Amino acid sequence: MSVPLTLLGLLEREPSHGYDLKRDYDAYFGRGKQLPFGQVYSTLGRLARDGKVVGGDAEPGEGPDRKPYSITDAGRAEVDAWLADPVEPEPHLQTVLFAKVTLSLMLGKPAEAYLDRQRSAHMRRMQELIELRRNGALVDALLADHALFHLEADLRWIDVTSARLTELAAVVTPERAQE
Amino acid sequence: MNSPVVTRAHLIESRDVVKSFGQTVALRGATVAVYPGEIFAIMGPSGSGKSTLLHCLAGIFSPDRGEVWFDGRRTDTLDEAERTKLRRTAFGFVFQFGQLVPELTTADNVALPLLLNRVRRRVAYKTAQTWLDRLGIGDKGANRTGELSGGEAQRVAVARALAMAPKVIFADEPTGSLDSLTGEKVMDLLTGLAREAGTTVVLVTHDARVAAYADRVVMVRDGLVSGDLGAIGEQVSAAKAAR
Repeated sequence: MSVPLTLLGLLEREPSHGYDLKRDYDAYFGRGKQLPFGQVYSTLGRLARDGKVVGGDAEPGEGPDRKPYSITDAGRAEVDAWLADPVEPEPHLQTVLFAKVTLSLMLGKPAEAYLDRQRSAHMRRMQELIELRRNGALVDALLADHALFHLEADLRWIDVTSARLTELAAVVTPERAQE
Repeated sequence: MNSPVVTRAHLIESRDVVKSFGQTVALRGATVAVYPGEIFAIMGPSGSGKSTLLHCLAGIFSPDRGEVWFDGRRTDTLDEAERTKLRRTAFGFVFQFGQLVPELTTADNVALPLLLNRVRRRVAYKTAQTWLDRLGIGDKGANRTGELSGGEAQRVAVARALAMAPKVIFADEPTGSLDSLTGEKVMDLLTGLAREAGTTVVLVTHDARVAAYADRVVMVRDGLVSGDLGAIGEQVSAAKAAR
């Protein structure tokens, strides 16, 4: 998640104070990891320095900073470009899962047992996400769905790899296969 | 592990069950134990033996060797008439396809098992309507099930299974023919209503996302139960047992 671009996007809706930006960010995008105030203001400072937002005059009142920020044309163009750009479909060709399986085989350790433990951990996380999906608001449910589909993809890979461990062992430990 | 769940009596068990079809060995000594009120998922790839295990637990197949127990009673030694009675009175079934009579209305389909169990007609149809309402398809009672969407038909199947107030619902790939959103709704309803009623569910699926609705998950591979994946489920079951 790009914090600067997300804050810029929120500012494109309407000029806002740092406090309001943090509140909306936490509500829609934070999900258990709130954005620190310090990061909000430092990000806004960098965006202002780069000409993507402008800060107005501070308003009287309570709170750490009552300065409203507005997006500039340059900031708007950056948001448009970001939204139009598809996220890189990461091939995950060197995942930690793959590394652990391969190293287990190379070291003669039980790769299947590792995959079973990993499957179990994935299932537990899926159970938590299903609960979140069942009891949460739509925003939570859709975020949980995103995570669930990724876990599902991992689990499919775990199943396929479990079924092909002998083949993989022959590839990554040719000296053992020849014995 | 000294969890309270270990000390509880099992509701259903298979002990070292072996089952072959001709030369093909489907189960090679499958042992599972399901606790009362538990949502229990059996996962595994195609051909692993998971559906055969469910059919043995439900008394649809007789094992070649091993034992099957339900509610403190050995069921694999019962004769066919006794097993049919058990299936009709204590078990409900939700399958992927072909469980509803397409020429009958939705209400008829749900009421049918009740009528077969000599429940009075008025009571049977009232019960059917109550369950159709709970499944959110109360307005479909007069529709023939052949006219329903896949998701609606599966809800009818869930209503029919629950209407009998069974001790156990056996569900074999209950969302296999549904898109993912519709499948999630069916799973929400099946597991939510079963939990409310205290009904045990034994679920077979190849889909991890469906299995994640369960309290506990086991893997079947090559006819053997090879892994218990449900640590969270065990905690849930233990918490339930402690209450």
